[in-house]
Amino acid sequence: MDLATIQPAILIASLMVSSTPILLAALGEMVVERAGVLNLGVEGMMITGAVSGFAVAINSGSPALGFLGAAAAGAALSLAFAVLTQFLLSNHVATGLALTLAGLGLSALVGKPYEGMKAPTLPKLDLGPLAEIPFLGRVLFSHDVMVYASLALVAAVWAVLRFTRAGLILRAVGESAEAAHALGYDVVRVRVLAILFGGALAGLGGAYISLVRVPQWTEGMTAGAGWIALAIVVFASWRAGWVLVGAYLFGGVTVLQLNLQAAGAAVPVALLSAAPYLVTILVLVIISARGLQGAPAALGRSFHASG
Amino acid sequence: MIALEKRPEPSRLWRAATPLVAVALTMLAGGAMFAALGADPVAAIRVIFWDPLFDPSFAAYARPQLLVKAGPLILIAVGLAIGFRSGVWNIGAEGQYIMGAICGAAAALAFYPAETRAIFPLAVLAGAAGGLAWAMIPALLKVRFGTNEILVSLMLVYVAESVLASVSSGLLQNPDGMGFPGSRNLAQWDAVANRELVAGTGMHWGVGAAFVAVIAAYILMSRHILGFQLRLSGAAPRAARFAGVTPGRVALTCFAISGALAGMAGFFEVAGPAGQISIDFGSFYGFTAIIVAFLGRLHPVGILLAGLLMALTYIGGELAQLTLGLPAAAIQLFQGMLLFFLLATDVLVNYRLRPRRREAA
Amino acid sequence: MQRGGETVLSLEGLGKSYPGVRACDAISLDMRRGEIHALLGENGAGKSTLVKMIYGLVTPDAGEMRLDGQPFAPPDPNAARRAGVAMVFQHFSLFDALTVAENIALGMEDAPPPRRLAARIREVSELYGLPLDPRRTVGTLSAGERQRVEIVRCLLQGPRVLIMDEPTSVLTPQEAEILFETLRKLAAEGTAILYISHKLEEIRALCDTATILRRGEVVGTCTPAETTAREMAELMVGASFAPVAAAARETGGVALEARGLAAPAPGAFGTPLHDLSFTLRAGEVLGLGGVAGNGQDELLAVLAGERALPRGMLFLDGADVGRLGPQARRARGLATAPEERLGHAAAPEMSLTENALLTAARRKGLLRQGFIDWAAARRFAEAVIDRFDVRTPGPEAAARALSGGNLQKFVIGREIAQAPRVLVVNQPTWGVDAAAAAAIRQALLDMAAAGTAILVISQDLDELFEVADRFGALVGGRLSEIRPMHDLSLERIGLMMGGAHDMEVAHVG
Repeated sequence: MDLATIQPAILIASLMVSSTPILLAALGEMVVERAGVLNLGVEGMMITGAVSGFAVAINSGSPALGFLGAAAAGAALSLAFAVLTQFLLSNHVATGLALTLAGLGLSALVGKPYEGMKAPTLPKLDLGPLAEIPFLGRVLFSHDVMVYASLALVAAVWAVLRFTRAGLILRAVGESAEAAHALGYDVVRVRVLAILFGGALAGLGGAYISLVRVPQWTEGMTAGAGWIALAIVVFASWRAGWVLVGAYLFGGVTVLQLNLQAAGAAVPVALLSAAPYLVTILVLVIISARGLQGAPAALGRSFHASG
Repeated sequence: MIALEKRPEPSRLWRAATPLVAVALTMLAGGAMFAALGADPVAAIRVIFWDPLFDPSFAAYARPQLLVKAGPLILIAVGLAIGFRSGVWNIGAEGQYIMGAICGAAAALAFYPAETRAIFPLAVLAGAAGGLAWAMIPALLKVRFGTNEILVSLMLVYVAESVLASVSSGLLQNPDGMGFPGSRNLAQWDAVANRELVAGTGMHWGVGAAFVAVIAAYILMSRHILGFQLRLSGAAPRAARFAGVTPGRVALTCFAISGALAGMAGFFEVAGPAGQISIDFGSFYGFTAIIVAFLGRLHPVGILLAGLLMALTYIGGELAQLTLGLPAAAIQLFQGMLLFFLLATDVLVNYRLRPRRREAA
Repeated sequence: MQRGGETVLSLEGLGKSYPGVRACDAISLDMRRGEIHALLGENGAGKSTLVKMIYGLVTPDAGEMRLDGQPFAPPDPNAARRAGVAMVFQHFSLFDALTVAENIALGMEDAPPPRRLAARIREVSELYGLPLDPRRTVGTLSAGERQRVEIVRCLLQGPRVLIMDEPTSVLTPQEAEILFETLRKLAAEGTAILYISHKLEEIRALCDTATILRRGEVVGTCTPAETTAREMAELMVGASFAPVAAAARETGGVALEARGLAAPAPGAFGTPLHDLSFTLRAGEVLGLGGVAGNGQDELLAVLAGERALPRGMLFLDGADVGRLGPQARRARGLATAPEERLGHAAAPEMSLTENALLTAARRKGLLRQGFIDWAAARRFAEAVIDRFDVRTPGPEAAARALSGGNLQKFVIGREIAQAPRVLVVNQPTWGVDAAAAAAIRQALLDMAAAGTAILVISQDLDELFEVADRFGALVGGRLSEIRPMHDLSLERIGLMMGGAHDMEVAHVG
């Protein structure tokens, strides 16, 4: 094989692109879980976002509208989850699975006419001379707007959780719904808003796959990215900065295995294509063995105010 | 506004009624969806739920298919339900199903072209062992390191699919297949073919195994102390520890049972309806079985009925594709909706709805 | 002290119904400036519903409230706080993983920026003698410190009305005395304090007026200092019941022995156990007191076998049982009843028959080759229900459908009916009405008289005075010296619970 075909600058740049969908989805799910809600429907919301974003972009000719549509679709699907878990007190795990199963069916149904079509994609931002800087220009300043938006979102989520009263209330609700309720906070409203935010971000992440990374629509194209996003939240110990690290780490593995496959490495293809999932398992094991830290105390527990 | 009020005790009536309500609601919402797709909703519902059983031109083909499709669903769902009732979430049955098929087929093919029927039970056991071994990965990681079993079992589905792709054009590829991917056809090899037990009914060995599993699970969960301990772990984990039940053993037991049953289902499928190991062997049964388990109230007998109903939607869905041109994905969405409505109406088992009075200002 | 100032808060015919229950019925009371007003009543008398209405957590369906003469109907706690009503909760209002400052900010209407808030916390906490570090994580604080967080949270808002729900249940007698000083100081500054408790002596010492509730109605008001505890108790309970009577007992050989028992903390906010040693003889009741969170739950877990111990730490009738699991220990006659009834001692959604099976399966022979004899299990559950007067429709009722007292009688009765050699109970009468509490204590004493060795872990000192022969205090996961109960005064016990090892020196205070 020929490792010389793998160029570090391009590798890192494509790593950022391939990580962005998972980064967005994981960041959204992190906020949801910080509010004490476990939404296992990320995969379903992502694929719904992927197909909706694609359809909107094709019909409107605007990728920006496509992303908006994807966020709206992801949020709409997560609203179903919110109604079930927050008002009808259904089990979080089962409802999340239902969301994924329904999302996969829905996307296949909606996406049928769009198979094989080509959507308008996001242009790279023109950052002028910055992009000319050797190495760094290729790595940092040659991306589309969503890559930068996702990074800005990481910073925003971090700052909101850490410095604002809204962030404090969100963390409090995830820590103990009973105590937050006793202090007069509307637990259900906080949680519903968090779920909607998570849904919108998962939708964006899905649309990034169908509009930028691939870019076309095929059934089941998220291929477990939503589940990997869930694993990254655990890896990150529910902290925004570490979500970024986790997502980029994972993106690195994916890009590397693709490059190795392309370079004809003497490793079985099956092992390479399973590598992202195996790495995820490995990371989960290492994190759990170290002892889970930072998990919101009320994660996955239903809350119903009596009286 | 409507307020929820907790019942002092779960309602037995609603426990039995909510699946029926959910099916009815799904028919309504599904009908609306079919209408949106340009089909006559009443006709679509009839094609899905009535014609496969009672229309003379389809029933002869469709009725046996009911058991063929329900068999693996029930077999897998019975195992999953034991876990779900114990608070153990095996979501990767699809992977265990695939690995069971691969291991069972591999064990059988090792004897090719022997003609003794003794290979069949051996291969069934190998299938069960394959599924069990695959299920032990998340179980052991959970027990040893506290790793989340949902995520690991799910990741392993994708890994199993990679293995499937690899063996169907490698290890298990038919040497006489002129280079096409896929193994030898097991269904046409008398020694290991999963034959019909009663001709013309679709009742093959896997369906028989599913019925046995239903009865065994019922006895285990309602009569045996082990089943009681499993239920206790799901209902009140701290009380279970107080009673002397170790969480690790519960996880291992549940994964072992559900993995072995899913693996067995995989082998019965590959030696019968599917015929060979091929890249598209994965059938989503492992995921649909989750819906079946919940729709059946996690109760073996309920699962039996739910499995038959779900099989009906598969067959009816195929029929609707042929006769009404409804897309296959519509049925998948239909099944997803069913789980949604079930979870939504489930609230009535433990809560009562009451109109909320205007708050006194 | 300024008492009998103008009325701050008045309740007029306040009522609230839940389906099937009239939680509060036509309750009227007035609170004046600078008054400490006791609200007395048993569990289920309507105290908590009443204060929840004042704090805006529950909307009344009858009557009205007035604050400073103006109609007062807070739709939520935020509105109540804005109006000057603050509340210190017994449970459920702190967040373990957040810092002291964050916890306080969450309970304030317009919290200042973090740095100013931290300075204010230090200032106020020192002013009232309640030292607190704003940066500490609440989960690492002791029960008493946690309460300080709640009190400081209230004080920062300069409340006109302060509601305190059972504040001394988590304090040593000395800590309680400090709290009383704080409260008297606040009252002198004009705050009206609504003080909920069932500790009558404490109310007599602290409060100016008492309103007594029973079954949602006001059944009397009195001036505590001029009323005996006995009179107040009778008003509270309504009917008289037989006082607990101890028969003369003889103690036998050592049944249970701990030698240097130690265990690491379970989880981030648990208490490690250090070097606990005690002996427990047949026919004896050993009482272990202590403030919540000093290792009670952890001790019960290692005695029950939920957590295994290394060799050489725990002996039942001379045999090392430390490595045995709960089932094996039960088979040998070591029965336990944890504090938390729902979810620990019993599975809430399961029937009483199933819950009877939970601990009695083997000892009562309810299994045949692993298969459950449901008829026998039901008979055993019925026997427990009859013998301990558990009020329930029948053995098929779900555990969560029972009232606290009835479920506690069932849970303890389930263990007693198995005739164990040793019985360990944690908080046997916590949150239980007086009649049920008396019945449970009597059952424990009767069992001891019949030769069972009993270990009672309790935070209720009155209870330990009533049942225990010897007393030890749990402090930070360690056990004090064990003394005969009749040798000890309340003050000494308080010192033991506070961790003073040398009793003679510490006796100065």
